[in-house]
Amino acid sequence: MSALTERLDAIKAEGRGALIGYLPVGFPTVDRSARAMQAIVEAGVDIVEVGLPYSDPVMDGATIQDAAGRALDNGTRVVDTFTAIKAVVDAGAPAVVMSYFNPMLQYGLERFADDLKAAGGSGVITPDITPDAADEWIQIARERELDTIFLVAISSTRERLHLTVEHTTGFVYAASLMGVTGERTTVGGGAEELVSRTREAGAERVCVGLGVSTGEQAAQVTRYADGVIVGSALVRCLLEHDDEAEALAALKEKTAELAAGVRAGR
Amino acid sequence: MAALDELTDAYEKAKHDPGFQAEIDRLARDYTGRPSIVTEVPRFAQHCGGARVFLKREDLNHTGSHKINNVLGQALLTKRIGKTRVIAETGAGQHGVATATAAALMDLECVVYMGEEDTERQSLNVARMRLLGAEVVPVTAGSRTLRDAINEAYRDWVTNVETTNYIFGTAAGPHPFPEMVRDFQRVIGAEAREQMLALGGLPDAVIACVGGGSNAIGVFDAFLDDDSVRLIGCEAAGDGVETGRHASSITGGRPGVLHGSKTYVLQDEDGQTEPSHSISAGLDYPGVGPQHSFLADIGRAEYWPVTDAEAMEAFRLLSRSEGILPAIESSHALAGAIRLGRELGAGCTIVVNLSGRGDKDVEQAARWFGMLPGDES
Repeated sequence: MSALTERLDAIKAEGRGALIGYLPVGFPTVDRSARAMQAIVEAGVDIVEVGLPYSDPVMDGATIQDAAGRALDNGTRVVDTFTAIKAVVDAGAPAVVMSYFNPMLQYGLERFADDLKAAGGSGVITPDITPDAADEWIQIARERELDTIFLVAISSTRERLHLTVEHTTGFVYAASLMGVTGERTTVGGGAEELVSRTREAGAERVCVGLGVSTGEQAAQVTRYADGVIVGSALVRCLLEHDDEAEALAALKEKTAELAAGVRAGR
Repeated sequence: MAALDELTDAYEKAKHDPGFQAEIDRLARDYTGRPSIVTEVPRFAQHCGGARVFLKREDLNHTGSHKINNVLGQALLTKRIGKTRVIAETGAGQHGVATATAAALMDLECVVYMGEEDTERQSLNVARMRLLGAEVVPVTAGSRTLRDAINEAYRDWVTNVETTNYIFGTAAGPHPFPEMVRDFQRVIGAEAREQMLALGGLPDAVIACVGGGSNAIGVFDAFLDDDSVRLIGCEAAGDGVETGRHASSITGGRPGVLHGSKTYVLQDEDGQTEPSHSISAGLDYPGVGPQHSFLADIGRAEYWPVTDAEAMEAFRLLSRSEGILPAIESSHALAGAIRLGRELGAGCTIVVNLSGRGDKDVEQAARWFGMLPGDES
């Protein structure tokens, strides 16, 4: 069982939802992104999703595209991901990578898995590949006890949900609304039903992402999900503050609000 | 992704429905103007080592390119699955214009994503789309070209999938697009093969330009089993493959995953997509349809890089010698014919798929040749 799974089960036993925070590695620099990830852990994020910047992020909205694009312009490499993973694990939180498939493929799937394992990472979220097209990756991850985390959406059919749940370990990533990452004033109304359909398909742990940006939304989502994933609202703290101290202060304040939310939900 | 599953199912059903095929055939005849003719171009052929050169005139289709063949099929499919809005990406604007046209014909709302750089170099097509009632959204992300337009169209699709179908323009992207687009475009090769047989026999070679590769796969398909027929795809080599400023994915790329296809991709060591460069907006794409990658790997088709300068020289030669203004995209195939004709010499027969007409390129070509008012001063 991965550190990720253990942590999710421990949080469930506490009777609350988990807070999963996303930040892209390399924005504004590799070192500063690693420190930002450590800061959100200190402020109450339970698990960190380390984003590997990609040139064609079709699942991401403007905020994350902007940060990821700037990370690439600054020369961020795949290998920097493992530096960030290690920083998160050193800070005491389980870490997973969020990556589009081609950078993993070009790095070499086995090498990627080995380096992730060596850095202490728990697994990978792969938004642009479905389990039926990921046989090789799934096998490599299984051999190293890394979690393979796939996405389900409101439009997913029953067959798709079953297939995804069957090949997912750690947690199933439920995309709460039809769309890309980004902050929304309301979390999609279909999210609760999606979570319950995903559980019916056999999922043990389901976390909800896309559109969550406030403590109130986090509280609302953790009433029915095992965890809530927040990305753009955190990335925005970095985009809005060039000064590192100010950026970290904004991140901690936002994280504290969200952490209170996942504790208020039940 | 559910939308792709839904589209795959709908297409599988439609494919076996004689009513669907009959409707496609009717539109091809009464709306597009098919079959497109084949024109022998002897004066142009003098520049091709004396080979006989025949043009498959997709430029004469309604809307001015082969793109309409695919769009009418996908728009009909959109109606069958009950969606009311279509989106499309476009590079040169030909696919966008074709989609806007089909949307007007079939009463569908239409939004076209186009890289901002392309809206500038193809401003005439932007106006055409707007006149046809479509909304054109300039995409300012990334390299502001076709690939970024595709990214933005995907984002729209995942957000609005309940009402919206994505009419994809080329034989690339995720399943079922490569297969479906090829099927809607294979009429080009089927007609050309029959027309050539009626003119005396199979050609020695069939040449087409390749960006994503829809016109090429469309004309190649009927000839795949004719081992004597060389199939040559002309990729855009921009300033030259060796300069790094090009769009020759097969010649200058490596296998990778882009936009849901495993195929040759222009990418750096880390798998980040590299920007492509071509004078031709329609070929300016850092990937290529997966079937072309396969045909290259098994050696059934050859893929030649053609530079901006070679393409523009072919553009000039066809315009001056035959009175036909080709699209800059198709000019890459014409340049391939010049090279091949000189290699094979007199007596060989070459079919060039003239995938589009050059009206949209007039300003850009005039600038290239220094023919705009004021250039002479």
